Amino acid sequence: MRPGSVTVGAVHGAALLLSLTGFASTLWYGVDEPGNALAFGTLIVLGELARWGAAPGVGAPPVREAPGGREPAPLAAAGALAYALLGASAGTATTHGVLQIVAVVVAAGLAGIVPHIARGRGPGPDHLARRVLTVGFAALCFQPLYNSGAVVEHLGQGPAYALFLVLLLALTALCDAVLAALVLRARTGFPYGPLLRDELSALLGIGSAVGATGTVMALGVAAAGLWALPVLAVPLLLTQVSFRRYAAVRTVNRQTIASLARATEIAGCTPPGHARRVAALSAAVGRELGLSGAELAVLEHAALMHDIGQLSLVDPVAGGATALLPTEEQRRIALLGGEVVRRTGVPEAVAVVVERQADPYREQPLPARIVRTVNAYDDLAGGEKAGAALDALERLRLGTARDHHPDVVECLARVLARGGAAGVTSVATG
Amino acid sequence: MVRIRSTMPSRAVQLASVTGMMGVKVIPRAARVYIGCALLGAGASVLPALRPGAATPWATVALLTALYALCELPARCRLLGRALGGSVPMGTGSFFPVLLAAALLLPPAAAALTAVPGSLLARVEEPPAAPRRAWRAAATALATWAAAQAAGALDCARALGHGHDAPDFPYALLPAGAAALTFCLALTALDGGIRATAGGLPPRAAWRGLLGRALAPHAVHGLAGLMMAVLWRSTYGPVSALFVLLPMYISCWVFAQYHRERAAHQATIRALVQAVDIKDRYTRGHSERVGHASVLIARELGMAEDRLDVVRFAGILHDVGKLGVPTRVLRKDGPLTPEERRVIELHPEYGHEMVRGIGFLGEARAAILHHHERMDGSGYPYGLHGDEIPEFARVVAVADAFDAMTSTRSYSRARPVPTAVAELERCAGSQFDARMVAALVRALDRHGWQPAVTADETTPAGPTGGNVPPPRGAHAARRPEAPGTRPRERA
Repeated sequence: MRPGSVTVGAVHGAALLLSLTGFASTLWYGVDEPGNALAFGTLIVLGELARWGAAPGVGAPPVREAPGGREPAPLAAAGALAYALLGASAGTATTHGVLQIVAVVVAAGLAGIVPHIARGRGPGPDHLARRVLTVGFAALCFQPLYNSGAVVEHLGQGPAYALFLVLLLALTALCDAVLAALVLRARTGFPYGPLLRDELSALLGIGSAVGATGTVMALGVAAAGLWALPVLAVPLLLTQVSFRRYAAVRTVNRQTIASLARATEIAGCTPPGHARRVAALSAAVGRELGLSGAELAVLEHAALMHDIGQLSLVDPVAGGATALLPTEEQRRIALLGGEVVRRTGVPEAVAVVVERQADPYREQPLPARIVRTVNAYDDLAGGEKAGAALDALERLRLGTARDHHPDVVECLARVLARGGAAGVTSVATG
Repeated sequence: MVRIRSTMPSRAVQLASVTGMMGVKVIPRAARVYIGCALLGAGASVLPALRPGAATPWATVALLTALYALCELPARCRLLGRALGGSVPMGTGSFFPVLLAAALLLPPAAAALTAVPGSLLARVEEPPAAPRRAWRAAATALATWAAAQAAGALDCARALGHGHDAPDFPYALLPAGAAALTFCLALTALDGGIRATAGGLPPRAAWRGLLGRALAPHAVHGLAGLMMAVLWRSTYGPVSALFVLLPMYISCWVFAQYHRERAAHQATIRALVQAVDIKDRYTRGHSERVGHASVLIARELGMAEDRLDVVRFAGILHDVGKLGVPTRVLRKDGPLTPEERRVIELHPEYGHEMVRGIGFLGEARAAILHHHERMDGSGYPYGLHGDEIPEFARVVAVADAFDAMTSTRSYSRARPVPTAVAELERCAGSQFDARMVAALVRALDRHGWQPAVTADETTPAGPTGGNVPPPRGAHAARRPEAPGTRPRERA
């Protein structure tokens, strides 16, 4: 049994239990305000249908997704949130409870993803469980208070009410981030802090657009009735289209960079898969050392392209193992690589890492230290042989006086002991 | 499949429309007069709000004005913009929903007033700043004024509801739609005018296409503005109206990121080409020129716009597989041994292997693999003949040979274009597709040939070998320098 499976099981179990209770209760007591339920349900179904299938990147390197681009069905998420925070409809108070909200959201969500599942691109159970629990949390915070009349009594129906919804929204977002980081930690074993930080910073992207639209839909329906739904859905759809195009061009860029990285392999400069392995392992080490999303992206790009300087050598280095060359030669190749990387349009920071990968560790920035150590490890271990790995680690430890930072080497050892870079790719798709 | 060409009505175009005079450094006299007229008109439209006795709702005006100015500021202020998550400036026009909400909420004169400070404060892409700012303020004020007139004529104030009175949906969509349409029409008309006067475009060209591209974004802005106005008037007050802006803001931010990433992508493609230059510096500029010639041929054949992009990439990347050929062989001066020749002839396959993972290249991948095939089947790597060779590969083969002949090599001067064309025509049918050669000839007649890149060296090559060194007889005048000694030089 994997160490995190208890957490994942608990999250899935809680979501399943909540959904089943919601269905049972709704079937037993019937639906309050079926018109509202139908309208929001339709919105969620449409939102799920318009979901952009985050097709698993076949052959793409494990470079992380754009932060904030991870909500695949923003309209559905906003609709679910709005239904959870719905107090009044065109000035009339509503009476639907938490369990009905869960039932409507789950039923509509399932109806919406059936076509996607039929095409084999349905969302993972993690995503569904998160949606159910987050919406349940928001509803649980709001509906009992509202239905008992406490909200309107204390806050009235003015700006204070709107600000109360914003407060709930912030709490819900926090809950969602905690949940996401928890599941991710259970699946990958990375430290919790950086994961949570990533999730929170991801909220600034489409997460905040979803939240704002959800809140404003709840308010809009309260003020203007159900007509507010289609009117507000359009701007959010525009946001989704923008995100989709952004993601598409990012994918293309990533593929191109991966091709550039493969150039050294095809040129016979490096062994097959070297760049990919170094990138994956560097990312795992970087995460272990607590790097955040943007820094990890820089690290992975730099790791992918770290050997590009070898293209300018007249004769390939034997076996492509730069770690075995004299120091001056290594630095020269690193500088040449930096020259190429500077022209690729990736952030300047990537070129700096590539340039400084062969410097002594005391002069290096952290990402360059990681690339240096991981590259040396891959060169020394030469792929998959188990015995070579231990030898390689031993040699890296011997190099900690000048070349390799001791913390990075120990971190690499921990990551390797855990099974290497496994799980890095699941971060990208999560 | 990923497409990188934009298919939506471009927001960037619409954003540019407000600044109108893109690329004009000195404002011509006609444009000065035009801007002056617009300023006078804007002043006249704002004036009624400032008259004593006008019942202007100053609180709402102040709030909306401040909101609009605040929204436009991050783009102006570099520090603030960076704090908000990126140094990408967003164009003016991302916040038209505020102006449209003002048009729905306020009387025309007051609505026009809300547009002025924000437009004056917003970022200007290029100098001269003062007339551009003045123009933008006048144009947005006039457009907002017109939108408010349209909304007022359709009894907007009643339709929005007030306090506990619910708004009158779906009727409210009518004044909001009319306001958005008027706003869009007014801006487009004014913008066409400035393009005609400042840019010196003929009036028809100045207006062409502007409206079609602007309509869809403005419809979205109109809906957002309507919802802002409804919430503003509702019991929840102006605070709740702010939330409408957030998705719009994020959408614009993402759009700016998209453009940055797209530019980065173009740079990455160039980097792939430059990686080849590192190994084989005699091909410098060759790739870009082959891309250009391939597009000339493809356009002459009447290919669709998006295929033209792909064929350009095919041309640019056709020799990318040379990365796989040992540098020593590529730079060899003397005659190549049969063994070395075999190694060089692997480059189409290496190239295909490299770009295999780049989804959007599509047909270009086949072109890279087959650009050394010949019509009579004696080419490589597969010895395909006739129509078995992919269309793009036949295009690139002609473009490649043409550029190899017309550029100066290390040991011989460039041949003039007519000689190269005659050589191509001689080999049409046996080596090249006659249709492609004819298309190139027509394109050259029409557009001429100005190699855009100033690089003047390519590997020795004739129509017989594309861009691969001939088996013997290549006497390079100079030896390649020791590699990698002066990396800066290759930039």
